[in-house]
Amino acid sequence: MNSDLRSPLNRARGLGSAKSGVHHFWMQRLTAVALIPLVIWFAVSLVMLSGADYGMARSWLSSPFVMVLLILTICIGLYHGQLGMQVVIEDYVHNEGVKLALIVAIKFIAVFFGLAATVASMRIGFGG
Amino acid sequence: MSVANRPVHRPLSPHLQVYRPQLTSTLSILHRATGIALSLGVLYLTVWVVCAAGSYETYARFQAFNSSIVGRLVLGGWLFCMFYHLFNGIRHLFWDMGYGFEIKDAYRSGWIVVAVSLVATAISWIVGLRLI
Repeated sequence: MNSDLRSPLNRARGLGSAKSGVHHFWMQRLTAVALIPLVIWFAVSLVMLSGADYGMARSWLSSPFVMVLLILTICIGLYHGQLGMQVVIEDYVHNEGVKLALIVAIKFIAVFFGLAATVASMRIGFGG
Repeated sequence: MSVANRPVHRPLSPHLQVYRPQLTSTLSILHRATGIALSLGVLYLTVWVVCAAGSYETYARFQAFNSSIVGRLVLGGWLFCMFYHLFNGIRHLFWDMGYGFEIKDAYRSGWIVVAVSLVATAISWIVGLRLI
């Protein structure tokens, strides 16, 4: 006899009480793994760039290799960050309205900054 | 208000301050704290790229803050957060795969993360500030 109180359909869907399954967990780990090489590359670059002036910073930023890796680092970093901030907000903010507003806000901020970084990076790289 | 809806003042579980701080709990809290700091750091990184895409004067204003004492401390602090969150994040990924749950292993990996983060931060400061 099946001792699980969940229905077979519920088990097959695997969405649980939050109705979103392991999506949040999985995306957090996926972005974490992606960020390991990106952050190491970025940390080394940052140390090497320390004290760089306008011209040096721009010449570094305009390399296609740097553009790709930097846009990836910022966008995946923002995605990973907003997932983490969402958990922090869900843990500590108990007013439903404020909680929802904050979660919406961090998602909007992440998209806005991601696009801003991408456009700025391309403007430098493509000579705007 | 009905009896069922009346708030019940049940005893709460002991608050954090009654526990002796342990390496494992401290590092767990630090992981979250550095994560929050880095969420702001990636926004600041975006501001850097946007300023670099702007005029020389815009970038100079931004760099003036970065090379100030406060700016250096903030950037250096972010660097530590980045290394700590990176290495402790790798520790978390091993836990996710089911490794390192024994108390002894959790302490050993914790101290390794602390040591590697501090060494990486120190090397970055020394090389970044061109001290050698």
